[in-house]
Amino acid sequence: MGMTIVEKILARATGRSSVSAGDVVEPAVDLAMSHENGALVINQFNEVYKGTGLEARVWDPSKIAIIFDHRVPAESSKTATNQKKIRDFVAKQGIARFHDVRGDEGGICHQILPEYGYVRPGGVVVGTDSHTTSHGALGAFAFGIGATEMAAVWALGKVLNVEVPATIKVVVDGHLPPHVLPKDLILHLVGLLTAEGANFQVIEFHGDAIRRMPTSGRLTICNMSVEAGATSGIVPADDETQRYLREEAGVPGPSSRMAPDADALYSRVIEIDATPLQPQIACPHTVDNVKPVGAVAGTRVQQIVIGSCTNGRLDDLEIAAAIVKDKKIAQGVRMLVFPASWRIYKEAMKRGYLMNLAEAGAVIVNPGCGCCLGVHQGALGDGEVALSTTNRNFKGRMGNPQSEVYLCSPAVAAASALQGTITDPRGN
Amino acid sequence: MAQVVMTIGDDVSTDTIYPGRFMATVLPGETPQYAFADLEINAKLREKKIPAGSVIVAGNNFGCGSSREQAASTLKGHELVVVAKGFARIFLQNSCNLGLRTVICPDIEASEGDELEVGTDGVANKTTGRTFRIEPLPKARQAIIDAGGLIAYTRKRVMESAPRG
Repeated sequence: MGMTIVEKILARATGRSSVSAGDVVEPAVDLAMSHENGALVINQFNEVYKGTGLEARVWDPSKIAIIFDHRVPAESSKTATNQKKIRDFVAKQGIARFHDVRGDEGGICHQILPEYGYVRPGGVVVGTDSHTTSHGALGAFAFGIGATEMAAVWALGKVLNVEVPATIKVVVDGHLPPHVLPKDLILHLVGLLTAEGANFQVIEFHGDAIRRMPTSGRLTICNMSVEAGATSGIVPADDETQRYLREEAGVPGPSSRMAPDADALYSRVIEIDATPLQPQIACPHTVDNVKPVGAVAGTRVQQIVIGSCTNGRLDDLEIAAAIVKDKKIAQGVRMLVFPASWRIYKEAMKRGYLMNLAEAGAVIVNPGCGCCLGVHQGALGDGEVALSTTNRNFKGRMGNPQSEVYLCSPAVAAASALQGTITDPRGN
Repeated sequence: MAQVVMTIGDDVSTDTIYPGRFMATVLPGETPQYAFADLEINAKLREKKIPAGSVIVAGNNFGCGSSREQAASTLKGHELVVVAKGFARIFLQNSCNLGLRTVICPDIEASEGDELEVGTDGVANKTTGRTFRIEPLPKARQAIIDAGGLIAYTRKRVMESAPRG
């Protein structure tokens, strides 16, 4: 029996000729990522070594990445102290892939990792963040783990007791119509699968629409695969992956490619035709509560958010800027823009996207997770409604359980900002 | 025997268990104060009115969303037991790693105040007289639970791999 791409990656990472779904393995880790919750990882890592008489040293400082993004600049003394603790640890352990609160190399972890060429096809990537699934966009097996599990990775260089996941094959053919974006595709898929439909499984993406999709869009669909419960999303590396690595991530030379076997065993196969797809909205309070935009058009909103690890890339800002250029966002609406990294921020500045957005009335916020997780930079008031390009709309997600969050693409968000109500961008 | 102190539906997210606005608090000794921070049960937990071993009964996909380990440590701090029709992957792993007792019970039916006997093979609802089967935890997790949690398990592995001399 053939192998899925994740089975192949796990076979390589464990030095076996083959593995199959259900096997328990301990794959070697190529990249271990944390953000501010690295403070908890450090605590648990030191606990592991307590009483052993051994010095607490990480297994390989060149394979650990730490990126400050969740609360930057620090919103509280507690966060600032956690960040300080991590800085000290990074210096002591010699961790090189550290991205501090800086305008030259900072950003959201799920943008920094691909942008700096840290993720390679066929690799095993773990992160103390559920949206680590993003990095499957480059053909890696990338999944989220908890802080204590990361402490074990730092100590041993492998993930302990991983059950090889089954894989759902999703084939997307056809062409995404104008103003229908990768975000609409993944919202549609999450609605189809439900919030737990891919729990303990991987989503492997195939088809013409995926092959034509740039890496930025693949990052969006892999990012939100976890919203269907998936361990990871993955797009087998192809010419576009090669192009991205060479042109955008500064990785010279050819990179490995790994494809699933033709006779790989899948738990389920889903076929989607992209051509008739409409803009999609995830309605409160679950990500799988997905409807076509027409079903909720006209709903009044007070806050529009464009950005995050899901939709804060250059093409996202480009389409939003094009829609609001020379227009004004509606009175009574706050529009917040969070580019995914400082590299993107500065490029969007050069190209005039940020100017167009700010002239229309948007507030450009520094790259980071911002208000997505309800900590700072854009909490909602009681009874308020937000329309956001982020990835979660759970009750209380944007800092207030008395508010509502709808999720959408950057095109829908920008068109809606002009009207002050949820709006179909295809009418503009 | 343990009492059901809360019943809650499907897709309970980590934002409900441990809201994001408290995420700067990370240490297991400090997280229990924010358990279900936006629900009524939080006050009872903080006032220590809920005895250790009390049960939360949930639907499918309990703990979906974030990888935040605080969602497991906050419930572990109160020694609660979660009996759910199903759990999200990362939450389940975090729970096993930290020793929070999670029980997969696909057909569970119970109301607040019911008395449950949570065994190794099944859950008996003593109030309604009905019993429900339990699904075993993913086998990858059992070795860690048996070792007393992931820190102890990793410590053992680190000691085994350390050069002798």
